[in-house]
Amino acid sequence: MTSLPTSTQRKLGLVIDLDTCVGCHACVISCKGWNTENYGAPLSDQRPYGADPSGTFLNRVHSYEVQPESAPAQLVHFPKSCLHCEDAPCVTVCPTGASYKRVEDGIVLVNEADCIGCGLCAWACPYGAREMDAAEGVMKKCTLCVDRIYNENLPEEDRVPACVRTCPAGARHFGDFADPDSHVGQLTAARGGFDLMPEQGTKPVNKYLPPRPRDTLGQTNGLAPFLDPVAQESKGFVAWLDRALAAL
Amino acid sequence: MPHHQPDLDLSPPVSDEVRKTTCYMCACRCGINVHMKGGKVAYIEGNRDHPVNKGVLCAKGSAGIMQHNSPARLRAPLRRTGPRGSGEFEEISWDEALDLATNWLAPLRATAPEKLAFFTGRDQSQSFTSYWAQNFGTPNYAAHGGFCSVNMAAAGIYTMGGAFWEFGTPDWDHTKLFMLFGVAEDHDSNPIKMGIAKLKARGARIIGVNPIRSGYNAVADDWVGITPGTDGLFILSLIHELVKAGRIDVDYLSRYTNAPVLVNGDPKSPEHGLFLRDVDGKPQVIDRNTGKPAAFDTPGIRPDLHATHRAAGVTHRPVMHLMAERYLDPKYAPEAVADRCGLTVDKIKAIASELARVAFDEAITLDREWTDFRGEKHQSMTGRPVSFHAMRGISAHSNGFQTCRALHVLQILLGSVEVPGGMRFKPPYPKPVSAHPKPHSRSAPDTPLDGPHLGYVTGPDDLCLKEDGSPARIDKAFTWENPLSAHGLMHMVVSNAHAGDPYRIDTLFMYMANMAWNSSMNIGGVTKMLTDTNENGDYVIPRIIYSDAYSSEMVAYADLILPDTTYLERFDCISLLDRPISEPNAAADAIRWPVVQPDRDVRSFQSVMCELGARLKLPGFVTEDGGQKYADYADYITNHQRKPGIGPLAGWRMGEQGVTHGRGAPNAAQLGNYIANGSFCAQHIPEDAQYYKPWNMAYQDWAVKIGIFDRPQPYIFDLYAEPLRRFQLAADGHGERQPPDNLRERIKATLDPLPIWYPPLEDGHVDGEEYPIHALTQRPMAMYHSWGGQNAWLRQIHGRNPLYLPTGLFQKHGFIDGDWARVTSAHGEITVPVAHMAALNPHTVWTWNAIGKRKDTWALKGGAPEAREGFLLNHLIHELLPPRGDGLRWANSDPVTGQAAWFDLRVKIEKVRAADEAHPVMPPITSPVGQGPDELTWKVEK
Repeated sequence: MTSLPTSTQRKLGLVIDLDTCVGCHACVISCKGWNTENYGAPLSDQRPYGADPSGTFLNRVHSYEVQPESAPAQLVHFPKSCLHCEDAPCVTVCPTGASYKRVEDGIVLVNEADCIGCGLCAWACPYGAREMDAAEGVMKKCTLCVDRIYNENLPEEDRVPACVRTCPAGARHFGDFADPDSHVGQLTAARGGFDLMPEQGTKPVNKYLPPRPRDTLGQTNGLAPFLDPVAQESKGFVAWLDRALAAL
Repeated sequence: MPHHQPDLDLSPPVSDEVRKTTCYMCACRCGINVHMKGGKVAYIEGNRDHPVNKGVLCAKGSAGIMQHNSPARLRAPLRRTGPRGSGEFEEISWDEALDLATNWLAPLRATAPEKLAFFTGRDQSQSFTSYWAQNFGTPNYAAHGGFCSVNMAAAGIYTMGGAFWEFGTPDWDHTKLFMLFGVAEDHDSNPIKMGIAKLKARGARIIGVNPIRSGYNAVADDWVGITPGTDGLFILSLIHELVKAGRIDVDYLSRYTNAPVLVNGDPKSPEHGLFLRDVDGKPQVIDRNTGKPAAFDTPGIRPDLHATHRAAGVTHRPVMHLMAERYLDPKYAPEAVADRCGLTVDKIKAIASELARVAFDEAITLDREWTDFRGEKHQSMTGRPVSFHAMRGISAHSNGFQTCRALHVLQILLGSVEVPGGMRFKPPYPKPVSAHPKPHSRSAPDTPLDGPHLGYVTGPDDLCLKEDGSPARIDKAFTWENPLSAHGLMHMVVSNAHAGDPYRIDTLFMYMANMAWNSSMNIGGVTKMLTDTNENGDYVIPRIIYSDAYSSEMVAYADLILPDTTYLERFDCISLLDRPISEPNAAADAIRWPVVQPDRDVRSFQSVMCELGARLKLPGFVTEDGGQKYADYADYITNHQRKPGIGPLAGWRMGEQGVTHGRGAPNAAQLGNYIANGSFCAQHIPEDAQYYKPWNMAYQDWAVKIGIFDRPQPYIFDLYAEPLRRFQLAADGHGERQPPDNLRERIKATLDPLPIWYPPLEDGHVDGEEYPIHALTQRPMAMYHSWGGQNAWLRQIHGRNPLYLPTGLFQKHGFIDGDWARVTSAHGEITVPVAHMAALNPHTVWTWNAIGKRKDTWALKGGAPEAREGFLLNHLIHELLPPRGDGLRWANSDPVTGQAAWFDLRVKIEKVRAADEAHPVMPPITSPVGQGPDELTWKVEK
């Protein structure tokens, strides 16, 4: 099967903020648009105007409800794409060497010329982050927009993945996790960024920031106390008004 | 296999060229970079320089490429060959189409212009289409605001001279507490998400008030899962708490609002409840310096909120007294309203307390000098960093106008409008009622209308009534039934035209409005009205012309189709005369331009109207020698002047000393300048003019300079809306113009000059025990109305719309996901798939709006889930309320503005056996464009 590099110079990846993601799917479609027109085969769509339309997407947003015991239910939006794992089982399982992890930056890619469409990598990925393109018969996955992030034909500020550039809620951040001082490293440290399914031992590079506590207003006494009246009826209130104006 | 890396080209060419234009995938008008390859659209991303979206772009915007490539696009003008509703058409030439339209319309203009009803839906060129309709001379023109959010817009204008979205926005950079009421998730899409991002980044609190906790409410720190239709009661309870605690901004109220204005308190007076005015008509206040009355804007005065004044034997009291009396009433106490609102007492009290704490204890100060309209100089700008936003969730109720007013009054009591950290207006707003036109409706053969159709009434004299008191407009806008209907009532046009009430029309001409489907209540009824014939076998609505780019449900119901281009193939202007893209710190307008040429026989609707206007010899559309004045819409945008120096676009005009922004003569190079600048123009407001705009003389002078106003027009906010009081007085028998007797009590009850709450009107017409559940719709973030439905990428995200039920209801009926329910209202029933959602008000069910499609429309194939399991709640909603035994029929609309009360709907639910498809099943429509392909491998350069 295919070897992983013993180490990578950088660990490029994403931090996704689950506190802020509004579930708008902007990242999903921006990714679809860029990667249909760019890296490798287009992301095809089967039955695009018929029953059960089904196309290839490298990034999808799932939504989950959480029901705390004594608070209102919550809805968490959870965008998911390849996490560019350090111990990527999708690479080691590849029979042809088509799946590989880049030494320079740790990005996991598929060399479509060598991909035989066997699908083993998709089975091996515990995150369900790879999708077989039904039209082309090759495995597609997030490239971290490798054709954008170094692209000298793009303005420097645009050399980020399409999903990061487009995210209206600022919920997606791109950078080098090998550098603890990087923006993504700092965010992960400050907000308790976590690994998805760490028990799988894949050491994902991408991190998720947890939702902040919800529904604290009226539940705890950490905030302002309830308001005290200055008057109970309008006559008393009007007298208070006079005093308030005089005090200005 | 050893590690092996292929050589990758890390700098592939991205595109041949980037063309910057404006998105039209919803109403946000974001800037987009359209990447072109080989002359084709290859990729769309946000424009970083653009004031609206600053580079980001939502799912709809990025999917614009698939809207442009949609198989549902119309291909050529169509003339109906089969019966209406069949979808059978023949393609005809533009010459034939325009001949036909001219032959239908010219006789109407010559004899009875009101027989043309011209209504445009999600039109972004209303200053153009209304100008066309004015020149035609018909009083029957409006756009879609009446069935959208007119309550929000009108309540904002009548209270503070501006509302949310294009009118105003939270001060995202300074606000510390943001409270969001009922907003469809696609509304002000990118700006709200960008604002939330700013708040989240600095840990500011977001409170979401919505029966459904999805989207923005899902990321809110606190969720207020309110019962639909009770937002106004909740807000008035917050007001009760704040007033009672004296946690209101008395300085702000005395200076910048009509809280100190004196009100006639004599119940016997014909002016009872009206303002005391001086000989110049200026409202009077008591000056605390002298204790004497003075005009509200007198330099040097300190308006009092406390003292009363006796004049001509009548005691006059400041508005603030009336407010205290009303809102201190224990009926607004949290204890009295909590159950009805579906909230806890503690939650209401905690929110009131937090609003006060942030507004007053965390006040902010910007070190900027400014001078107010009374000539007083202020050393700094004080901010109350509490902000609000709301839209359809509170406005699409029959108590929506008063609820929206209540929200604005809450903002004003906190002193948080037009201050740092609060809510800020976007030019040309703020703009008070007095700076808006009044509605006009006087029509005559071969004559333009006597003025703009839509406007703001200030009393019964401004209503659009004929001599005999009957409605002048087909939609009965600006009548006693809904006097303040500032956006018209598009949702009543088809049924009134069918009923010949108030009169018969000949031609119904509509643009971009899916009135045979998701934009109408009572779809079965409306499609019958559109196809109904009289005893001679003629259609009751004789002629229907429709323009759209896509094969929507409405196409089949028209006799003549004028196919529009896509948004990437046309010129458009997003004008300061209309709904511009301004920001709080800048007046901004924008254009669209043809980044690609159409590959079929379609034309931009507005260009077609330039030609049709000329063929009809409409005064504004012909030259002196009778020729066509504007060759196309681009020509109109460049050369039309609404008044000297003011045209559709404010950028790059020809001033006395060369090219300038603001006022100036037309400039032939203007559109080229816009294109070179990314298709927009922003004129920045000087720093000392950026806040306190209604009262800040630096802003007023700047607005005059760039052409927004002709003279400074500072004003004070209307906590007390005197125009409403004038209608109450009429209902009490005062004045010449009198309402019909059957409306008197309702006018007295609902046109209250201070915000009130009353239960949604449907509650009074249907049995609450029988129909205990509230039913709502909202649009998802990734889909805009029915347009998104044919988008190959977006329908993979939102192709299905089950009815979501809260846990209690779901369990009570023994549902499991995949089950089906019969949902019944007083008007009709539907059978639909259900799903469970826990984060939902316990008495509310909901679904995504406009996912459901009629079979074989939008180039979708027969088995498409949208046309099988997809459904609309519209079948359950009627444009009239059920009869209640008084012999009268009552519109399902807000009695103040006529806004369609979509969200008043009450239903009951039963579990039924799984169905094959959602009911009612409407027959398929023959597609004039065929069906889309079976597979897409989209790539411009393969």
